[in-house]
Amino acid sequence: MRRFWQRFLAYRAGIASGGYVALLALVALATLLWPGLDPHQISDAAMAAPSLDHLFGTDELGRDMLLGVLYGAQVSLAVGVSAAFGATLLGVMLGAAAGFWGGWLDLAVMRISEMFQVVPSFILAAVIVSLSGTGLTQVVAVIVLLAWPQIARITRGEVMRIKQLEFVDAVRCLGMREWEILATEVVPNAVAPVLAAGTLVVAQAILLEASLSFLGLSSADIISWGRMLNAGQRFLFNAWWMSVFPGLAIFLTVLAFNLLGDAVGSALNPRTVTR
Amino acid sequence: MSDPILILDNVSKTFRRSGGAPVRAVNNVSLTVGRGETVALVGESGSGKSTLGRIALGLLAPDSGRVVLEGRSLGDLSPGEFRRARVAMQPIFQDASSSLNPRRPARELMTQALRGQDGASDARSAELLDRVGLSPGRDYLPRFPHEISGGQRQRLAVARALAMNPRLIIADEPLSGADVSIRGQILNLLLDIKAERGVAYLMITHDISIARHFADRVAVMQHGVIVETGPAEAVLSAPTHPYTRQLVAAVPVLEAPAQA
Repeated sequence: MRRFWQRFLAYRAGIASGGYVALLALVALATLLWPGLDPHQISDAAMAAPSLDHLFGTDELGRDMLLGVLYGAQVSLAVGVSAAFGATLLGVMLGAAAGFWGGWLDLAVMRISEMFQVVPSFILAAVIVSLSGTGLTQVVAVIVLLAWPQIARITRGEVMRIKQLEFVDAVRCLGMREWEILATEVVPNAVAPVLAAGTLVVAQAILLEASLSFLGLSSADIISWGRMLNAGQRFLFNAWWMSVFPGLAIFLTVLAFNLLGDAVGSALNPRTVTR
Repeated sequence: MSDPILILDNVSKTFRRSGGAPVRAVNNVSLTVGRGETVALVGESGSGKSTLGRIALGLLAPDSGRVVLEGRSLGDLSPGEFRRARVAMQPIFQDASSSLNPRRPARELMTQALRGQDGASDARSAELLDRVGLSPGRDYLPRFPHEISGGQRQRLAVARALAMNPRLIIADEPLSGADVSIRGQILNLLLDIKAERGVAYLMITHDISIARHFADRVAVMQHGVIVETGPAEAVLSAPTHPYTRQLVAAVPVLEAPAQA
């Protein structure tokens, strides 16, 4: 673990993206817990340009954009992290079992994962969400459904490599059960690339949620960056701040999670040389 | 040889590769290891000796034939019985850097073997490490396999095998992974353990001089078949099969006379 932090911190993009994500999490938590803050609060100044009163300006109903962007972190993080968690959990379980036991199980898991991968993911997501409803739960479920195959494939590949190593045979000779070998010996050694890919799923999920919201495929009550972009595009030439700030938030957050994924991957890779 | 610990009875294994001709790695091989006996299985690489070792360990199911461990045929056991029975034999592999989980320190590697046994503790682990020459054992408990030398890693692997109180150790080229200077020490460690515990060995090696030094009996394997078998001294000093003669002739003649 100490080794992990040494490597992680040696990677500058890792510090920057990790810091940004930590800050974002703090912001999301603060907006959740801070009493008396209401992002729906309407003021007299509709579509006011950024000023000292409203640093990011206001929208067409006079709502403060800064507060909106800060609140949006809640949705993006909640969707991104829970979708990535669900996809990683599902992908690791199916991919590990497929890679370890092979045979018909492997065949079934891989064919099913291909089905999800050949369909254009955004269109599938849009269709599912418009059919099943636009709540955040549906959005998360769709992202899990779309993202688990990539995790499963990476896990499967790693497990197939690791299960042939001699230490697996060695613990087998200690009388360890097969599922226990898989869970305690094989999967922990596959964790590095899987965790890195899981972090990338956070970025994909945030982007997909924003895209769906931008197209209006999300509940209008929910304050999210994509939703704000959707509102802002109608006033792009009158009120640039309505689009630029939520857009910037999406851009930076997706970038941060991508960099974080890379940093986690190289920090967990024992062959990475610490600079 | 009234009560052999391991019987390989007419064992065969053929590997089928897609596109290539099937390889008969092991072809109707029978081999017996008596209690406390050391049998060297010699042959060049590709002779099928490692495959036979994996079959003996129950890591590879033979296509035909039986593996009988302490009177019980492994193929007839239920998965649970098989798991409990197999711990009587422990492997020592060529390269301990791949036979020990790189993510576990020595303490966990030892605990994995000791768990379920009475008296499993750090003290017991340290005692075993001391026994194999990693002393003081307590100092090695927090070390990861990559933090110790190749020779020390192999000792750690031996300690873990010993933790299971095996009655048979199947060692596949256990010295090839170690530096030449370390080989003698590891070999002596294995000999000491044999003297101390009466463990039987199936020693898989390409090195005739190790076989001569170590084994009571020698079986010579070529192309998946055992071509000659007998007491080590007899086979290696007066080989009858041409392949054995080749192997013996290939050994440099700098050795002292074979010991009793």
